[in-house]
Amino acid sequence: MIDVNGLRKSFGYNEVLKGITTTINKGEVIAVIGPSGSGKSTFLRCLNLLETHNAGSIKIEGKEIKQLENHLRKKIGMVFQHFNLFPHLTVLENITFAPQQVLKTSKKDAVKNALDLLKAVGLSDKADAYPSRLSGGQKQRVAIARALAMKPDIMLFDEPTSALDPEMVKEVLQVMKNLVKTGMTMIIVTHEMGFAKEVADRVLFMDDGKLVEDEHPAVFFENPKTERAQAFLEKVL
Amino acid sequence: MNLDFAQLVPSIPYILYGIWVTLQFVAVSLVLGFLWGTVLALFKIGRVTILRWFADAYTSVFRGTPLILQMLIIYYAVPQLTGMDIGAFSAGVLTFALNSAAYISEIIRAGINAVDKGQKEAAVALGVPYRTMMLKIILPQAMKNILPALMNEFITLTKESAIVSVIGALDIMRRAQIVGASNYRFFEPLLLAGLIYYLLVMLLTMAGRVMERRLAKSD
Repeated sequence: MIDVNGLRKSFGYNEVLKGITTTINKGEVIAVIGPSGSGKSTFLRCLNLLETHNAGSIKIEGKEIKQLENHLRKKIGMVFQHFNLFPHLTVLENITFAPQQVLKTSKKDAVKNALDLLKAVGLSDKADAYPSRLSGGQKQRVAIARALAMKPDIMLFDEPTSALDPEMVKEVLQVMKNLVKTGMTMIIVTHEMGFAKEVADRVLFMDDGKLVEDEHPAVFFENPKTERAQAFLEKVL
Repeated sequence: MNLDFAQLVPSIPYILYGIWVTLQFVAVSLVLGFLWGTVLALFKIGRVTILRWFADAYTSVFRGTPLILQMLIIYYAVPQLTGMDIGAFSAGVLTFALNSAAYISEIIRAGINAVDKGQKEAAVALGVPYRTMMLKIILPQAMKNILPALMNEFITLTKESAIVSVIGALDIMRRAQIVGASNYRFFEPLLLAGLIYYLLVMLLTMAGRVMERRLAKSD
């Protein structure tokens, strides 16, 4: 579904991605882990053109993504570390905004779909609240619902629980686990090793802009091959 | 002390009528200044180098020279150049609109830049087109940063408008001077003018607070 080949990205003289090559298949759940500054988030942001890569290619269903910018973004949902909910819109309006503006869904259908999504993330009672009234965990669940409202084929998560208080991490991970069950293709940059181990089909371990290991989680967490992965796991587990 | 307000009483309505003139003047200047300022702000955040350069140079010149000089140039020098006679009121409005546009464009530019860049990313990631994003996501949030500063500009403009009296527009200030000159007593009419300006500014300040509170309802 997604073919990444020799992906490179620099910010000024600082090369953040130094040639990433991998393939992500439909329905796979990928956990991207690694130390800070290893290029995980940049890699994810390249996939929906929030960053434009300098060299290499990203193809989605065989088509180079630079050629299908807006069409592509409708197909890819993104969840951010800092939620980025629209503060001047209510929870319901946050979710219905893009379907109405971009997909030209009727208001009635958009609202109905949004209420279903809110129910799925357990926030039916918050439809008319403004984001500032929500806890971090609730905000992130709304953000997931907002991305899902576009009916994406792929969901990207950029450290979705890193900005949360510890007691709110679980409720967000639970929503993501439910999403895994629906067969959604998911790429998750995360520091939640337990979660990665439990739900991921593959773990991509990145370090210093390179893809160092690409393994089944059982293999990666029990028997990391490279020294760098061993050193990393020793620190975080 | 030798203050005599009794002598002023017959002239009070004449001075009060200046409020209407001043407000009209300020309102027209502000609306024109806001429109032109918005255009300049869009030039500044846009990608066209020449427009950005123009807007920056424009702002620099209008902020870097005295307002009264700009007004005198427009009032006296433009007719000399074009042969077109321009009234005091129009010259004043034109000057203030051109001048406040420079300040307002900075206010708007800063307001837009102060919106968290995550907002733009979220909109872009949802496939929202640039125009819609600006109109429905970025600008409504920017307004929260812009309005208080714009209200300040409104207040400054109300006070500064007194300099149109120099070219003879019949605003509060000019009327107070005229009354002073005809009675040979300046203190009382100028005191009244000062009181009027102060009350106007207080009124605008209160209106600004109410507006801010409305905007804050989603916080």
